[in-house]
Amino acid sequence: MSAVQNNWTGAKTLVDPRVPIRWGAFYVAEFRIRNMLKWLSAIIAFGLGNPVLYLLSIGVGIGSMVKQQIDGVPYLTFLAPALLATAAIQGAMDEVTFPTIEGFVWTRVFYSMNNTAISSKQIVDGVMISAITRCFLQVLLYELILALFGAVPLGSIAVLTIASLLAGWGFAALMLSVTVFIKDDDGFFAIVGRFILTPMFMFSGTYFPLTALPIWLQWIGWISPVWHATDLGRALSYGHKIEPWLLVVHVVYLAVLGVIGMLTAYPQFKKRLAE
Amino acid sequence: MSEIKEEIMIRAKGLRKTYGDFVAVDGIDFEVKKGESFGLLGPNGAGKSTTMRMISSTSLRSGGELEILGKDPNLFGPEIRAHLGVVPQQDNLDRELKVWENLMTYGRFFGLKGKWLKAKVDELLEFAQLEEKRNTKTDELSGGMKRRLTIARGLVNEPEIFMLDEPTTGLDPQARHILWDRLFRLKEVGVTLVITTHYMDEAEQLCDRLVVMDKGKIMAEGSPADLIKRYSSKEVLEVRFGSENNKSAAEQLKGVGDRLEVLPDRILVYSANGEKALEYITKLGLHPITSLVRRSSLEDVFLRLTGRTLVD
Amino acid sequence: MSLINASIDTAISIAERRRGKLGSALSAGRPQAVFMRNVYALKSSNWLVVLSGFVEPVFYLLAFGYGMGKLIGNIPLPDGTLIPYAAYIAPALLATSAMNGAIYDSTWNVFFKMHFGKIYQAMLSTSLGPLDVAMGEIGWALVRGFVYALGFMAVVAPMGLIHSWWGLLAIPAAVLIAFGFASVGMGITSYLKNFHQMDWVNFFMLPMFLFSGTFYSLRVYPDWLRTVIEALPLYQAIAMIRGFTLGVIDGALFGHIVYFIMMIVLGLTFTTRRLRSLFLK
Repeated sequence: MSAVQNNWTGAKTLVDPRVPIRWGAFYVAEFRIRNMLKWLSAIIAFGLGNPVLYLLSIGVGIGSMVKQQIDGVPYLTFLAPALLATAAIQGAMDEVTFPTIEGFVWTRVFYSMNNTAISSKQIVDGVMISAITRCFLQVLLYELILALFGAVPLGSIAVLTIASLLAGWGFAALMLSVTVFIKDDDGFFAIVGRFILTPMFMFSGTYFPLTALPIWLQWIGWISPVWHATDLGRALSYGHKIEPWLLVVHVVYLAVLGVIGMLTAYPQFKKRLAE
Repeated sequence: MSEIKEEIMIRAKGLRKTYGDFVAVDGIDFEVKKGESFGLLGPNGAGKSTTMRMISSTSLRSGGELEILGKDPNLFGPEIRAHLGVVPQQDNLDRELKVWENLMTYGRFFGLKGKWLKAKVDELLEFAQLEEKRNTKTDELSGGMKRRLTIARGLVNEPEIFMLDEPTTGLDPQARHILWDRLFRLKEVGVTLVITTHYMDEAEQLCDRLVVMDKGKIMAEGSPADLIKRYSSKEVLEVRFGSENNKSAAEQLKGVGDRLEVLPDRILVYSANGEKALEYITKLGLHPITSLVRRSSLEDVFLRLTGRTLVD
Repeated sequence: MSLINASIDTAISIAERRRGKLGSALSAGRPQAVFMRNVYALKSSNWLVVLSGFVEPVFYLLAFGYGMGKLIGNIPLPDGTLIPYAAYIAPALLATSAMNGAIYDSTWNVFFKMHFGKIYQAMLSTSLGPLDVAMGEIGWALVRGFVYALGFMAVVAPMGLIHSWWGLLAIPAAVLIAFGFASVGMGITSYLKNFHQMDWVNFFMLPMFLFSGTFYSLRVYPDWLRTVIEALPLYQAIAMIRGFTLGVIDGALFGHIVYFIMMIVLGLTFTTRRLRSLFLK
């Protein structure tokens, strides 16, 4: 006789459905974060290495060729909030896109989660919780480096963190609601990366003010979450002057992206898991 | 009355599932009692897997009634799933995790405590004969080991109903027998088993009762022995005359035994006594290249019910 | 029956004819078979992905050349002529995209074929040898590099960013660069075990891209750092192409070309050895 048979008590007494119904999203997040911890050293190395590289090459290197002040501050100070917003968005996005494809296609782990008491909504929430966690870690590391370079005023770090998390959440939610449709990888990341993300990161007033673009290209900034997050970050960091209504627009735009993304993702996850 | 009601684990009435115009499951009725081993038998595309996914409360039904553990899966999916164990047709183990980590993480999804799970993982590894593979990455396991691990994983919450979709497809004979043995043991502790298969011998071995499905409908229901008795003769004589002569030979065989089935490569003669039928054929002056007398199986039941063989 | 026998005879006799020839243990002399496989795969692949490799450097050119260019102004050449910032970085972007394309083909693509597609296993169970595989894959990377370089030049030349007829040589130069990176990249890939290790490839590529004089002159660095960066292949690549497009032809250019020829010879030797020990155990 095996121990399994001897010790069998049965799910009726063993598993209280109310526990996973209540905490399921955190079990999903726990699973994702455990996975992430395996690459923690890499995440930290990249998290620290990336800002150092960009600040040195673009901030200091290219900055040395920018003779005048931009927006009333040195180029490095002008650049820092943009790099932070980019990193936050990138970090959160990586933690929703790859896990979603993995969950539906590569390991199909979402299906096995859904075979337990975990619901589709909890999977969405759990993935998002882990993405925000990753985003938070990334933002902290970035701010550490920015502070060491003297690129951000120390007093602005707390508000910058909140703004970055908002941006990360908004964009990650949007990506989540898109990634759920992918049947297999088939170059999706290459296409989105090169046709949407690269131009978004470049033409959103990140390396140079949006106004340096011809007016017929400035719309890229207006719809880009990176621009909203960057402009917001600049106002919070070195006091870049913006109209109060624009400040509200930035926050609302990012929040609306997040809400729409989540509300789209919930039914789509449910649909795909039931297919 | 209430006691009898509790005994019924699954109840389906007029259960339907459609995908657009395609009808995958077309109004089926069945009940599964506690401790029973219930089989869904049929060829690929018969609607078995769809039925399984509706029972495991991960696919919403399009029509009819369905009750699992006394609850409606459309409304109480998570509650029901908390007490089910599921082994999908395609192993969906986490390839990046080690064997024990797969069991551990799956248990966490039920909200089971880490400490309790540690002990459970050991038990399950022993049950699945995977103790030595404990720290192996799932990717590196053989097909049979993966299947055993998926089964062990489905047991982590000690399910009341254990659902296995084609549990032994793609396994070698020895691996299949090991699995069958494990499933018997589960039955001994009172777990209700629901199994789909397109292997006749598996159905005969494992199932107390089964339904034969084809094109989304239930063609017949009963115990394996019962079905054979109802839809086939006691014995079957298989004769081959060579692929070109089977047809003309069949003409002459008309009236031999209870019934004839002419397949492309052979003729099946259904009769209570196969040897006698063979003698009679020889007397007719026919000389088959090979002949074989065997007991009727579920394969014959299926052939009778649908006019097709199970594995095309 | 006879048909099958005949074809077996031919396969054996082809193999026999090659026996004893130089390198016959490594190669059946048919890398084009590997190359053709990629041509077939391309037909059914996603064309947007193929196109995207060309679009990326153009985006960089627009953002940095024109956007940043507004903040930076003109750049003086050693002889004192002033050129727009876009003309300064265009050759660097061409060199970088040649590198990226070759590295992508020889790492991600090769890694996938090695571990998931098991494509090489199938290839090597025929009469093909590891050198055929290596040359076939690298040849593929080169053709791709050539097409991309052509496309990039077609965009930047009308913009007036090519200052000399020597600029035409930037196209073969880009192919030479791709050859160098592809031959080394494939050998490195053979050491990688999972996708996460692939990130480390990027970990070296990104700083090389950012610091190799792509966007600004190495003069901002201290001397020792300058020497280190000048030894890196991407710096060599950028300097070579910049020399051609700006029409600055001197002895250093010859040095860059020799650098890449060395890189190709060493890379191929290394990669073939690795493939042999990996597949023909």
